[in-house]
Amino acid sequence: MDQHTEHNSQESPDQPHLLAQRDGIKRPPLVLNKRTMGWISSYVSTIVESKTPLWWYISIAITSPIALLTPLLICYLVSTGVGVWGNNSPVAWAWDITNFVFWIGIGHAGTLISAILFLTRQKWRTSINRAAEAMTLFAVVCAGIYPLFHVGRVWKVYFLAPVPNSNAIWQNFRSPLLWDVFAVSTYFTVSILFWYTGLIPDLATIRDRCTTKIKKFFYGILALGWRGGNRQWRHYEMAYLLLAGLSTPLVLSVHSVVSFDFATSVIPGWHATIFPPYFVAGAIFGGFAMVLTIMLPARAIYPQLHDMITPMHIDKMCKVILLTGSIVGYAYLMELFMAWYGANPYERAAFWYRAFGPYWWAYWSMMFCNVISPQVFWFPWCRKNIFVVFIICMFVNAGMWFERFVIIATTLARDFLPSSWGMFHPTWVDIFTFIGTFGIFTTLFLLFVRFLPMICMFEVKAVLPEANPHYGEDH
Amino acid sequence: MEKITKVTMNTSAPTITTAGPATAPLFGLGIEFESARDLYHAAEKVRDAGYKKWDTYSPFPIHGMDEAMGLQKSWLSALVFIGGLTGFTLALALEFGTSSFLYPLVVAGKPTNLFTIPAFFPIMFELTILFAALTATFGMLALNGLPRWNHPNFNWDRFNKVTEDKFFIAIESSDQKFSFEATSAFLNSLGGNHLTAIHEDSGNE
Repeated sequence: MDQHTEHNSQESPDQPHLLAQRDGIKRPPLVLNKRTMGWISSYVSTIVESKTPLWWYISIAITSPIALLTPLLICYLVSTGVGVWGNNSPVAWAWDITNFVFWIGIGHAGTLISAILFLTRQKWRTSINRAAEAMTLFAVVCAGIYPLFHVGRVWKVYFLAPVPNSNAIWQNFRSPLLWDVFAVSTYFTVSILFWYTGLIPDLATIRDRCTTKIKKFFYGILALGWRGGNRQWRHYEMAYLLLAGLSTPLVLSVHSVVSFDFATSVIPGWHATIFPPYFVAGAIFGGFAMVLTIMLPARAIYPQLHDMITPMHIDKMCKVILLTGSIVGYAYLMELFMAWYGANPYERAAFWYRAFGPYWWAYWSMMFCNVISPQVFWFPWCRKNIFVVFIICMFVNAGMWFERFVIIATTLARDFLPSSWGMFHPTWVDIFTFIGTFGIFTTLFLLFVRFLPMICMFEVKAVLPEANPHYGEDH
Repeated sequence: MEKITKVTMNTSAPTITTAGPATAPLFGLGIEFESARDLYHAAEKVRDAGYKKWDTYSPFPIHGMDEAMGLQKSWLSALVFIGGLTGFTLALALEFGTSSFLYPLVVAGKPTNLFTIPAFFPIMFELTILFAALTATFGMLALNGLPRWNHPNFNWDRFNKVTEDKFFIAIESSDQKFSFEATSAFLNSLGGNHLTAIHEDSGNE
């Protein structure tokens, strides 16, 4: 039997024994309940077209005041001075860079799902990639706030850009901090391009379904006049493939460059070659946990999404979390091993302080959340149980924040000379600015769910069996 | 807007619907299909009939449709290569130009000469990606003639199902081989339905 004939089962069930044998090894369908193309469009678009539900108003009424905290406290920071943050002389990077690395890491899962899983032909990605890419953008927005204001004098931030200025001063292109400026801004730009390119055909779907003139105008502008001709699809598919190919090394580079901020310094505990792969694995780990953290509630609110975001999707994401969590656990142990094996007393002391110093609680929280808790995903039952998955994802989210805090705060608090040691304590401004970024993230996500198609409709249609031009034919 | 005119040519005359203002110039003839499979096989026939200015329309990209339509591989990749090369060259010039010539900054006694190139790799890489990605997106739009918010196809009421679950073929009247009678009969023989004469907007002459 040729592989093309697998779709032929409904038409010719004349060899029951062969069919039964084949069904035993058949992959689960990507879209459950044999949904049609029309169903996919109308269901996904209905979320955008229907009247705004009450829960949405309630949610945004909660999240938008929280989101306002960040800009208000930033105004307070800029008008008063950096002293309102808890940063001090040894711990200069403190919460700001911790939160920056935390948010930028979350973004990585979105790009991984959209780019790397696309290149590796993982078709199951189609129903989660749109939301994951949106999550990437919003996470990068939250991340960008921190280095922007951490520069201290934000009105001089254009000094970061290589533009000719009256002092004839140029940037130090050999500094990892400038690499970071380029890496993060490139990442944000490319993420927007990738996301919007993916949205164009779906915006056209909504444009064509709209009934009111205002909506038709609005979505018509956004859809750029897409017509779905194959002469367009041909270039479109090439553009999408190239963007995926470009994003794949990009996503690996961004967190590597972030880790260079640490690894190229001579601070004990930071100066390690394991940092780039360890940071990238950690970013994917934390990002997948955040994807599940937002997809599971969305799936609970819109029950019909269960046919597109199936238990198989959750299962696969849990496996990614298990894999990357184990890589991160390996990296933690390898750091300890290298500190001991390297026989550098400062390096050894740095890791001793991490585990048993004043911030011991952060270190062991990190160990528990990132290394121990995801191990439950070895058991299929835990990957199937939505509540277990959600709880573990919350642990991972917290654990990844602790990881960055451990790397930054504990390392800086104890450097070479005991005379320069110091502790970091967050101020209320630190705490509420960080809480505010969660408000920004959830508010942007709520707006996205309300006004843009949450599922990549055209790609989900393309993975249906009847999308195959040889569907039901004998070859 | 739609009115049905019966073209009485012979006994098997197809029923042709008119879309758009009938007085305006004819843009082309369109026909609708129910499935990707039907569209694929119809496209092979249109290709073999020798038409050049035509297109198939579908809610998603159909695997193998480029061959069925006789199209070459998209040359967007060449544009993107040039874009990436531009970004790379710009980064090279920017980094050496400023850090080695215009403003050599000595940090921790380290050299500022041309051998410091490893420190320049990250930004070369990032700018290569940035320019290539910008070229990929805007090059794709340019090759597709987008943004173009209006198009004669949009005069065809049934055409708005193209982004949902219907499939279409339209042959433009500017094609060398196009003749209203022969092309409509040909399209009608492909097994689709709702054969339609698509007219341009009246203000478009």
